[in-house]
Amino acid sequence: MQVPSELLYTEEHEWLSIDGDVATVGISDYAQGELGDVVFVELPEVGATVKQFEPFGTIEAVKAVSDLFAPDSGEVVEVNSVLNDAPETVNKSPYEEGWMIRIKMSDPEEAKQLMDADAYKEKIS
Amino acid sequence: MGFVPNTKDDQKAMLKKIGVEKFEDLLSDIPPELLFQGDLKLPQPMSEMEVMTHLRDLGNKNENCEDNICFLGGGAYDHFIPAAVKHIISRPEFYTAYTPYQPEVSQGTLQAIYEYQSMICELTGMDVANDSVYDGGSALAEAMLLACGYTRRKEILVSAAVNPNYVEIIKTYSVGRDIAVKVIDWVDGATDLNKLADSLSENTAAVIVQHPNFFGYLEDVDEISELTHKFGALFVTSNDPISLAILKPPSEYGTDIVTGEGQSLGNSLNFGGPYLGIFAATKALIRKIPGRIVGRTLDRQGKDGFVLTLQTREQHIRREKATSNICSNEALNALAATVYMALMGKNGLRKVADLCLQKSHYLAGKINELNGFEQKFKRPFFKEFVIASERPVQDVLEKAMEQKIFAGIHLAGFDALLKDSFLCTVTEKRTRKEMDKLIHILGELF
Repeated sequence: MQVPSELLYTEEHEWLSIDGDVATVGISDYAQGELGDVVFVELPEVGATVKQFEPFGTIEAVKAVSDLFAPDSGEVVEVNSVLNDAPETVNKSPYEEGWMIRIKMSDPEEAKQLMDADAYKEKIS
Repeated sequence: MGFVPNTKDDQKAMLKKIGVEKFEDLLSDIPPELLFQGDLKLPQPMSEMEVMTHLRDLGNKNENCEDNICFLGGGAYDHFIPAAVKHIISRPEFYTAYTPYQPEVSQGTLQAIYEYQSMICELTGMDVANDSVYDGGSALAEAMLLACGYTRRKEILVSAAVNPNYVEIIKTYSVGRDIAVKVIDWVDGATDLNKLADSLSENTAAVIVQHPNFFGYLEDVDEISELTHKFGALFVTSNDPISLAILKPPSEYGTDIVTGEGQSLGNSLNFGGPYLGIFAATKALIRKIPGRIVGRTLDRQGKDGFVLTLQTREQHIRREKATSNICSNEALNALAATVYMALMGKNGLRKVADLCLQKSHYLAGKINELNGFEQKFKRPFFKEFVIASERPVQDVLEKAMEQKIFAGIHLAGFDALLKDSFLCTVTEKRTRKEMDKLIHILGELF
């Protein structure tokens, strides 16, 4: 079970990677394992506004659909179009090629409300 | 897989296995004072012979389309149904089959549905079709829900030339859902384009028209489609599947969702139901469409197989985020439609449509020549048309009934503007002799 130490995590199993004022969002290795084969990812358009802890999209496996929750608020500046045709990328590489959206954070202080890798490891154990 | 009932011995063994003596023991949680005691006020049982006589007597109180010549339409039609249709759908494997949740034992049902979906796509030109909904009216209501969910808008514009019963159904489905249904007037027998243009806005989720419309006339679908898309709304049509054999497929005039009543395809009149709701859409909407979809795939041994697919759309998985709560279809009616379409083929279907067209125009023309009657509208029509009568319509229809002819539907109940008109329908079943008989009766009235 991969839980990269440099990332931050939400209760709903999303991860956040911060680079300046832009944050990248995806779901954890644990989450993709629980979901099973991902068949579809519904993501917002570039320019959309997301709010911390509110749904920004959905992820579909064969027999389940889950909401995706934003770890931070901000404006969507980039969306991973690879997931349109290859949703299984989320299973294969949840922390790298399977990234979902990039947000320009409106309030970087919000990240303080997230878990670090150790806290998340505890949660999923 | 056929239906296998349980015998009394099977039931005894099952009860014994779970540790009870009789079925009533399973009701022990119900307080005895709530249980009905005594005898139900039902008549004594009858033998099969007595039941048949009784039902026959009841049935004979109705007039039917075997003993009467039917020129009725308005959503349910007297088309010819080849004997093979009833024969095939009566096979117990089809007749008693339940929903094919377990693909291992339902390949026959699944493949039949897959063929149905494929034929509907061919007929409509759309990318995807579901395995049917209840009827043409609820199909339109489902289209409304999809459009509102997809566009996130709350207003629906529906033409007053759509079947009034369908409009009622749409309104019913909109209750409690914060959706505004606005009816656009018709003029000269079709949707009023000016009024439609005035009503369209950024709030419109969809524009709904019937084509041919309730009165039988062709709508200006190209113009309406263009107008609709200019405002970013979805274009939804309700189409007579028989008409699709000779009219341009809805995909060619930019329809986003095609719905329709499939009763004309191999299904009996059934006193108004069960009928068949056709629902097809563009690929962009595939994850939002309601109902079941059968897909074709390979099993783990690499063999061809069919299975229910894209189930994450449905409410048992998506719950309140699903666009619909429908979880059923009209499998037997869809099968009848499939058998009918397979039997008729492209050319046969075209011939049926052509006969409807030729015959309805013959009758309309002849009636128009009679004193006291004239065609109400000048637009092109398919198999139905509206006749304005100088004599009260009820009198006309009664006179025809005396001669065992259902001449048409009085439109007063549907639209005050048409209180002196009736809707007359001609299918491929109507012979020259039958039509001439009606013409003769109408001719005698003036």
